Amino acid sequence: MAKVTLVEAINLALNWELGHDPDVVLLGEDIGKNGGVFRATVGLQERYGTLRVQDTPLAEGMIAGMAVGMAAQGLKPVAEIQFMGFIYPAIDQIANHMARMRNRTRGRITLPIVMRMPHGGGIHAPEHHSESLETLLCHHAGLRVVCPSTPARAYGLMLAAIRDPDPVMFLEPTRLYRMAKQEVLDDGLALPLDVCHPLREGEDVTVVTWGAMTHDVLRAAEQLSLEKIGCDVLDLATLSPIDHGSILDSVARTGRLVIVHEAARNCGLGAEIAATVAERGLYDLHAPIRRITGYDTVMPYFRLEHDYIPSVERIADGIRETVRA
Amino acid sequence: MKTVAEFNIRYQQLLDDAGQPTGPLPDFARDPAQLHEMYRVMTLCRLFDTKAINLQRTGKLGTYAPCTGHEATHVGVGAAMQDADVLCPVYREYGTQLWRGVTLAEIFIYWGGDERGTNFAGPREDFPWCVPIASQCPHAAGAAMAFKLRGEPRCAVAYIGDGGTSQGAFYEAMNLAGAHALPVVFVIVNNGWAISIPVGEQTAAQTLAQKAIAAGIPGVQVDGNDVIGVREVMQAALARARAGEGPTVVEALTYRLSDHTTADDATRYRPAGELEAAWQREPLLRLRRYMESLDCWDEGRERALREDCTAQIDAAVLAYQANPKASTDSMFDHLFATLPAHLVEQRETARRYAVGHG
Ligand SMILES: Cc1ncc(C[n+]2csc(CCOP(=O)(O)OP(=O)(O)O)c2C)c(N)n1
Ligand SMILES: [Mg+2]
Repeated sequence: MAKVTLVEAINLALNWELGHDPDVVLLGEDIGKNGGVFRATVGLQERYGTLRVQDTPLAEGMIAGMAVGMAAQGLKPVAEIQFMGFIYPAIDQIANHMARMRNRTRGRITLPIVMRMPHGGGIHAPEHHSESLETLLCHHAGLRVVCPSTPARAYGLMLAAIRDPDPVMFLEPTRLYRMAKQEVLDDGLALPLDVCHPLREGEDVTVVTWGAMTHDVLRAAEQLSLEKIGCDVLDLATLSPIDHGSILDSVARTGRLVIVHEAARNCGLGAEIAATVAERGLYDLHAPIRRITGYDTVMPYFRLEHDYIPSVERIADGIRETVRA
Repeated sequence: MKTVAEFNIRYQQLLDDAGQPTGPLPDFARDPAQLHEMYRVMTLCRLFDTKAINLQRTGKLGTYAPCTGHEATHVGVGAAMQDADVLCPVYREYGTQLWRGVTLAEIFIYWGGDERGTNFAGPREDFPWCVPIASQCPHAAGAAMAFKLRGEPRCAVAYIGDGGTSQGAFYEAMNLAGAHALPVVFVIVNNGWAISIPVGEQTAAQTLAQKAIAAGIPGVQVDGNDVIGVREVMQAALARARAGEGPTVVEALTYRLSDHTTADDATRYRPAGELEAAWQREPLLRLRRYMESLDCWDEGRERALREDCTAQIDAAVLAYQANPKASTDSMFDHLFATLPAHLVEQRETARRYAVGHG
């Protein structure tokens, strides 16, 4: 078993699936010879050739649209959008075709596509390179949306995403790409696409988060444990569909809910989780639900990015206030 | 079958690789003062680039997109434009921007991760840098539409890279501009590469200028390392646009003599020898040789110019580094003319949790 970073784990999963399924084709800008700007696809074009690991012209609408055409023909495209901030030209294809082809054709044409994209900020990048736009994707019926928080989870979820018969949007937190190494068994075993993952057990408050924020939440939970506040931390991992059952079970035990995300608050995924718990778990709650999120501003250029992304201190304060409410 | 339409693409070069005229030159090319000014800004760009890369390498600047190799194209375009025209840049056309009054400090501040760098004190109507590739092209067409509606003798200029010409927005903007004969010029900077993708893999088109043909507008190629040629072609295109005769596409052939950005490593994909060959055609030396042949440039002037540019750049670095981090309020204060109540509340929270507070 090798210790790998999250980006290396993604590379392993792509390599596994390219090696085991001849229908898998990788697409994207600079993914071939350059191995992707984050090196997620490094070495794969050398191994599988320029048709199975294709550099595309610079056009995201075209990338998403060609993925639709290829998938309709039985291929399994795994397309990279270089940064999530550049997904907008592709939204037309994703929303109007990718998400609804199965439904429109009553199951005649299905689209086993994965759209991979770096997600979130905190890496000192230029503007438009630090966006957290999961809401944009989760709002469309017919798409699965996934966001791993560890190398092992990235590996298993990537395999699941490629094998899933429907389009999966795969959000890769840039802050985590090289943050930490973890033992990952390259065994081709996929993880389920509709369950969240408990990261830490606690009795006082349920904290739901995903992606890069999981690490800040765990740090806050560690601090709070010294104050005898026990956090039940859940990594949502699959952002659409949401594993509401596990969240409700946890809230039934703790009686409190805090949701932490990097994306803006307005219409963020936290609202969906809060609403569902309010609808189905209200009588379990001892305190108002709280969201700790990015502000409803444009993601600032990098000098202010850590003023935007919820800090460990802001998270800890929010959880503490919820528990002591 | 009969031929119903035929087209050709013309290529302009006024100074050859050795800096010798290929034929008669325009007046400005015989005026030492104008040559000196173009050469000054080109040199400023080159030295600025080196400084910016060094600052990035030492952790004092964010990711930076260099312009080395593009100076003749950028300065030629700037020199051909009028102050009242509007520029829609991409992210590395500093030569045009400096010509138009953007400051070195503003460029540093932008790449230093601070929005204040885009609040240009000089060209107030120029657009800021545009990172989402090709999305600036429709803005130029729109600005040109405004000039046309108001009957103003102004033009818009949009830059686009070779890679950018694969995007829909580029075609859409050209098409609109052609349909309405708008006063706009699209400048394609063909530097051979879009990060790791050579232009030959980007498209099967023989030239990028010919993309104009389908939009019903003229397309012309120019040697982008020849500042005289670029300025001349641009002046003609702008004169045409100003006269109400419609848009032009100018493809400037140059070369990216650097990595794509400081986050890139071109040795991963660039064929051996290509960079060295491209340095043989670089634009500064060409103009310098031409000026020397006119006897209006020498080693002493060169040294004085470099010293002057270096002092200017050093002053800009100081101004940049003296610029304190903006307050967290600045995330909120420019979102709307009037800040909605929920944002007033969030602004308070942001103050409370500002990095390094308390
Ligand atoms: C819509 C969009 N997709 C992807 C990117 C990432 N990206 C930044 S620059 C670039 C290549 C641009 O090449 P070109 O248009 O030739 O311009 P050059 O960098 O050579 O000046 C890419 C793919 C982006 N900025 N915007
Ligand atoms: Mg280019």
